[in-house]
Amino acid sequence: MLHIVNKSPGERATLASCLAHVRPGHSVLLIEDAVYAATKGHAAAGTVEAALATAKVYVLMPDLEARARAGAVIDGVVPVDYRGFVDLVTQNPRVQSWL
Amino acid sequence: MVNDGPYQRQSSDSAYLFCKAAIEAGHQIERVFFYHDGVNNATKLTEPPQDDRNVVARWAKLAEEHGVDLVVCVAAALRRGIVEQNLAQGFRISGLGQLVESAIQSDRLVVFGD
Amino acid sequence: MEETGIVKKFLFVNRKAPYGSVYALEGLEVVLISAAFDQDVSLAFLDDGVYQLAKGQNPKAIETKNFSPTYRALEGYDIEKLYVERESLQARGLGEEDLLVDVQVLGAAEMAALMDEMDVMISF
Repeated sequence: MLHIVNKSPGERATLASCLAHVRPGHSVLLIEDAVYAATKGHAAAGTVEAALATAKVYVLMPDLEARARAGAVIDGVVPVDYRGFVDLVTQNPRVQSWL
Repeated sequence: MVNDGPYQRQSSDSAYLFCKAAIEAGHQIERVFFYHDGVNNATKLTEPPQDDRNVVARWAKLAEEHGVDLVVCVAAALRRGIVEQNLAQGFRISGLGQLVESAIQSDRLVVFGD
Repeated sequence: MEETGIVKKFLFVNRKAPYGSVYALEGLEVVLISAAFDQDVSLAFLDDGVYQLAKGQNPKAIETKNFSPTYRALEGYDIEKLYVERESLQARGLGEEDLLVDVQVLGAAEMAALMDEMDVMISF
């Protein structure tokens, strides 16, 4: 299953809600303002690192580049482009957007 | 499914770039269903500044070039003043059943919104 | 209404409070339409979405329609699988007795397992 989060953890609790429902083998994709959570030194980085123990975490690089944080991706988080986003949707049998 | 209007937030841009990448990868985007404030993506009265992207025209172009069915929910559209008279080219107004039908017939449904 | 021959497991994921935004109301409209397609429909209420089911809603003074009785009418549309997350209720000082309709209360892990069984998830 693919979980998509699009809001900064500083604005909404959607990342936390998402991570509370991630099961082993699931994938989490951070897009739009949620990409900040995938950067080193962010207050939410710890929760993302913890999620990496059981799930895969991806970050949409075009969104991170736009926000000047492309150089700060947490180790273990996989950068993807829109093509990678498409592949994640096709590889996972179901998708939940945590809006 | 696009649940948010253009410009105010990024949802419509993300959905568009996702659709474009999916088509480039050889997938078929059967339909984009515009709901909630997403119906505002379908107004032909939009006039963004020259140096900005034209979100509405971009969707219309995608529909024209790749046969993507752009459906605007009639109930949500009526609430927000989107009617046939101001509907942009490439979009059509129809019922919520079109969303459910797409969900049944397509392999995947991805929701973009606020 | 529609004969597709395909029956998918739909989960409508309601995570937003009513009145402050239109998602609860327009979300419910999708749920009602889905009933015409003979699909396997479930509803999940978590986070602020649990407020949608709170008993005693009275939006008269904010001049908004009270659509909460519709949740009780879902049974008439053969939509009977309503799941509410326990942690979300607890975090808001609510219990099952505060809800206006019969639901099944699930822990977050059970909710995650439920999601994992679905074909389509439409989230508002």
